[in-house]
Amino acid sequence: MNAAQPSPAVPHTWSPRIVAFFCNWCTYTAADLAGVSRMKYAPSVRVVRLMCSGRLDPQFILDALAHGADGVLIGGCHPGDCHYADGNTKMLRRFRMLRRLLAQLGYDELRVRLEWISAAEGDRVRAVVNEMTEQIRALGPLNLPGRFAEWDLELSRAETEPRTATTSAKEVSHAQT
Amino acid sequence: MPRPKVAFYWCASCGGCEETVVDLAEDILGVVEKVEIAFWPVALDFKKADVERLPDGALAASFINGAIRTGEQEEMARLLRRKSLLVFAYGACAQLGGIPALANQYSREEILSFVYEEAPTVDNPSRTRPAVVSRDNGVDLHLPAFHGQVRPLCQVIDVDYTIPGCPPTPNLTREAVAALLEGRLPPKGTVLAPDTALCESCPRKDSKPSDLSFTRFRRPHQVLADSALCLLAQGIVCMGPATRGGCGAQCIAGNMPCTGCFGPTSRVRDQGAKMLSSLCANLASREVEEIDAVLDGLPDPVGTLYRYGLAGGLLRRRIDTSANT
Repeated sequence: MNAAQPSPAVPHTWSPRIVAFFCNWCTYTAADLAGVSRMKYAPSVRVVRLMCSGRLDPQFILDALAHGADGVLIGGCHPGDCHYADGNTKMLRRFRMLRRLLAQLGYDELRVRLEWISAAEGDRVRAVVNEMTEQIRALGPLNLPGRFAEWDLELSRAETEPRTATTSAKEVSHAQT
Repeated sequence: MPRPKVAFYWCASCGGCEETVVDLAEDILGVVEKVEIAFWPVALDFKKADVERLPDGALAASFINGAIRTGEQEEMARLLRRKSLLVFAYGACAQLGGIPALANQYSREEILSFVYEEAPTVDNPSRTRPAVVSRDNGVDLHLPAFHGQVRPLCQVIDVDYTIPGCPPTPNLTREAVAALLEGRLPPKGTVLAPDTALCESCPRKDSKPSDLSFTRFRRPHQVLADSALCLLAQGIVCMGPATRGGCGAQCIAGNMPCTGCFGPTSRVRDQGAKMLSSLCANLASREVEEIDAVLDGLPDPVGTLYRYGLAGGLLRRRIDTSANT
């Protein structure tokens, strides 16, 4: 429904940026395996390692999109294989709801994807990343930071101070203490 | 010593916040003794020019309720910001967009065409719409611009403190004014309410099971809720786990679920996403089809999870509508 999202003049330098949240025990290990096996795949993913896909707060997904990710890929252990018994099931339930929420807000369902990839499936990481990269390339940039700025052009003065900026400043000072 | 000057103003809101100030009842006399109300259009006869005449920073504080939807609201918010040492975002709409921000699911064009042309009760054959400038009898008439989306106050001006709620309770209001007058305000940016989830202060806390295991969701009109048992345990979506306390759990006392008007605690950035996390992780089912069937019981995820917080949430609005048409 939103294949023609307003993406005025996609810069020819643009390529998809996907934030990937991989669980430590399965999908991250699979990505490692893909690496040591010298498999080549699209350089579009930025992988964040979590101990479990069940740790993935849906806020992380929305925050990645709000900060400029074109898509988010979530990787966890196959059902029944979770290192913590049930974390991937929790992620699955959240994901099913998140899809509905994002659809209601106009996001194409291909932008957020959940995959079960075991530690042995390095080739699956390669295939999924490549496929998702091409799907997102077809959708075009999401560019939420750009949209936020564009929406705010109607304000009389660009005095907007996004709260995320103050949050990160706070986080930095917290981390330094 | 001159009394500190304060201002009250409303933007996109229902008027309930103004009502809360009046709900201070006789306590308002104590407030009026200590401050000079320099601007309060809803109750006292002041004009914009009265504010403009003040030197910058002449107001000790402005309490602004309501979200920002129109050019007029934006202009007044900026004017009060310039004239005030402190700005308090007062109420859910000013804090996060509130109920008006649910309109961020629609484009400006969708809203205007429905309200002025398509709504069943509208009779407007000439398809007249409000315009920023229109000519009548050779005179230019001006209306405020209708922005493309609803914004919380902090997306338009710098906000010093927030008093949450729909509306804020008289207690929180009284406490905030006292803190202001006695010079014991916390660091800038603080939300002036307890920083714990509503569940912590809920009278039904002890009946909340550690494992909720939802097998279905029920909406308040579909069930006669047990007035002693945790509402979540009855399958009713109560926003308590993801909502700041401090309201006195009044909705719970009325046997209605929390709808989230106090916004999130300081550790949470996006109330809806956090509630989604808590709620859905507790479904009983493990299979996609069963999970989907249970989720069908929540037909309006945005309206449930972001009833007050869409504009102030991470995503702000629906995206597949061209924003400013």
